[in-house]
Amino acid sequence: MVKTEPKNHPSGDNRFKLLDRAITKHHANGDALIEILHAAQGIFGFLENDMMIYIANALKLPLSRVYGVATFYHFFRLKPKGEHTFVLCTGTACYVKGANEIQKAVEHQCRCKFGETTQDGKVSLISARCVGSCGLAPVAVLDDSVAGKLTTDEAVKRVKQWQEAIKEEAV
Amino acid sequence: MTVEDLRELAEKELARQAEFKYRILYCSSAGCVSSGCDAVKIELKKTVAELELSKKCEIIGTGCLGLCGEGPLVIVYPDMTLYQHVDAGIARRIIEEHVGQGKKLKENELDLNDPFFATQKKIVLENMGKINAESIEEYIAADGYEALAKALTEMVPEEVIGEIRKAGLRGRGGAGYPTGLKWDIVRKGVSEQKYVVCNADEGDPGAFMDRSVLEGDPHRVLEGMAIAAYAVGANQGYIYVRAEYPLAIDRLRTAIKQAERLGLLGNRILESQFNFRIDIRIGAGAFVCGEETALLRSVMGRRGRPKVRPPYPSEKGLWDKPTVINNVETYANVAPIIRDGSAWFASIGTQKSPGTKVFAIAGNVKRPGLIEVPMGIPLRKIVFDIGGGTPEGTQFKAAQAGGPSGGCIPTEHLDIPVDYESLQTVGAMMGSGGMIVIDNTSNMVEVAKFFSEFCMDESCGKCVPCRVGTKHIHIMLDKIIKGEASESDFELLKELCVMVKETSLCGLGQSAPNGVLSTIRFFEEEYRAKLKKQDGKQSQQESSVIAAKEV
Repeated sequence: MVKTEPKNHPSGDNRFKLLDRAITKHHANGDALIEILHAAQGIFGFLENDMMIYIANALKLPLSRVYGVATFYHFFRLKPKGEHTFVLCTGTACYVKGANEIQKAVEHQCRCKFGETTQDGKVSLISARCVGSCGLAPVAVLDDSVAGKLTTDEAVKRVKQWQEAIKEEAV
Repeated sequence: MTVEDLRELAEKELARQAEFKYRILYCSSAGCVSSGCDAVKIELKKTVAELELSKKCEIIGTGCLGLCGEGPLVIVYPDMTLYQHVDAGIARRIIEEHVGQGKKLKENELDLNDPFFATQKKIVLENMGKINAESIEEYIAADGYEALAKALTEMVPEEVIGEIRKAGLRGRGGAGYPTGLKWDIVRKGVSEQKYVVCNADEGDPGAFMDRSVLEGDPHRVLEGMAIAAYAVGANQGYIYVRAEYPLAIDRLRTAIKQAERLGLLGNRILESQFNFRIDIRIGAGAFVCGEETALLRSVMGRRGRPKVRPPYPSEKGLWDKPTVINNVETYANVAPIIRDGSAWFASIGTQKSPGTKVFAIAGNVKRPGLIEVPMGIPLRKIVFDIGGGTPEGTQFKAAQAGGPSGGCIPTEHLDIPVDYESLQTVGAMMGSGGMIVIDNTSNMVEVAKFFSEFCMDESCGKCVPCRVGTKHIHIMLDKIIKGEASESDFELLKELCVMVKETSLCGLGQSAPNGVLSTIRFFEEEYRAKLKKQDGKQSQQESSVIAAKEV
């Protein structure tokens, strides 16, 4: 049985201390599972299988419950994210303003679909339901900065910039 | 803190504000953050420091000023001058010229008598552009927590519910259930423990009303929830917010801390016997969680899957205890009703739907933004007077109200009054307040497919009609768009839509076909133009549609 008070994880990964603190804050209560998954994803970036087993033990929940919740909600990721993220809003306002054209162009440029990460694992394309900036449609969130009234050319240009930077790094 | 302390605090704050000759408020809501209001804030503050004007003017971040497409917006008091498209350069000039020399910047000034502003009536959004979104003192100075004080000191819970019932407040989440009635059921429920839940899982794409309220005036929601808790006898509240709204979550956290510090939340509120705590629960991206039973399961850390009703949450909600669950905007209406009385509230709007409604208007419209209008206003006024109509060279085709669950309202129904019942007569619904304007550059079948894709992705999978039905609706629409569908496919689509609507478990499935049904109802010719003809030739209609597009 895993104790919930902060102590070193056998792997020596100190990030588990942070996770343990979040679990303790919620008194290891299974009802706070979503909160704890949020915390875990915030700390580790995504939810690995081992991580879910760890959380299930700590909260005394069946693993099926933890896995079920983690896969039910769009927000939780079971795979790591790329270095760069291109979050395209696919809400109604953005759709009406031509977000699907941007989608096609960016998918073509990255050679992968939205919801996937490029083969080199560097750029993740994510579609968001609505980021709530409908007045500025079409909107995308590029590495956490919001770009409003985005054009297809601009979107492709930004992705190209990332790709060039990645190439330079590789050299 | 006692009620007297509260009033003293309000006076102290007003006196503090009066010391400044100018108060400069920049919009710090998500829309303007996206347009770059941070740079504006930095420049305003820097210039004030440089010119040593810090005793003369104060720089404050405020809630959404409404005209999101023209941001970043800045408003200067006391002369109420609203500036649009403010960048660092303009920000500097506002301080130098407006504050320094008393000269307005004409070229960036917005006319507040413009129909965009003049047609609106603000209750929920009354503090937007007036107070600092992150200061409880400013909220209190604007009569904040006065309604809670009145309820706790002058009214018994039954009287509070009576006021809400007399005011005729209806749920602003879309269904329009009378709020007072809901509270009354929870009040009468026999249980030691009751809960108050705020639904801030604003999932409709194209809707950002709740977000703006939470970002711009979070205390108003907390106060409304506290009054609800007092009325029904609850001591614990939850606000369920989408994870996609980090700024709103931040502001709520700050607001809850501030209210706890002043004894306006927590134990013995305003020295009374009333205790109430509020915790935040963060959603994780599931549209179905906007449905109340699914939301409650999500608050309890489960998968957000709806349950059969009855029992309704007001009888068996969180952990099977009686639970009040209302939308953000509903709670935001509570404090003004208690403060100014039910008669005042009932005098606004229509008899059956009193009050106002906040809409997020977006899409192909000149002036997208956040608006609040009295119920019963003709749709035409919203689209043309406030929204400014569609961009040059295009024509209005339809307004889509109610998100993926709602329907389209075409040109011939533009004069319909916007209230719960009237919108239903044309197959649309009030919904939570997203209003997307569609012009003649969009094809309605494609729009329907967009919504069907959304519903298909968001179906939780619990009941078969929704899980399988939405998928097939999507496949059929795709077939129609590719020109591979026949007349009998089209008939099957209609039949399937009715089946999904009538047999699904929860609101998501029951309303999922609305987008298709309403576009078929008003734009059937666009569907027919895409159907395969038996002889394989293009129909005349189709050629004319193509010809029109080429022009």
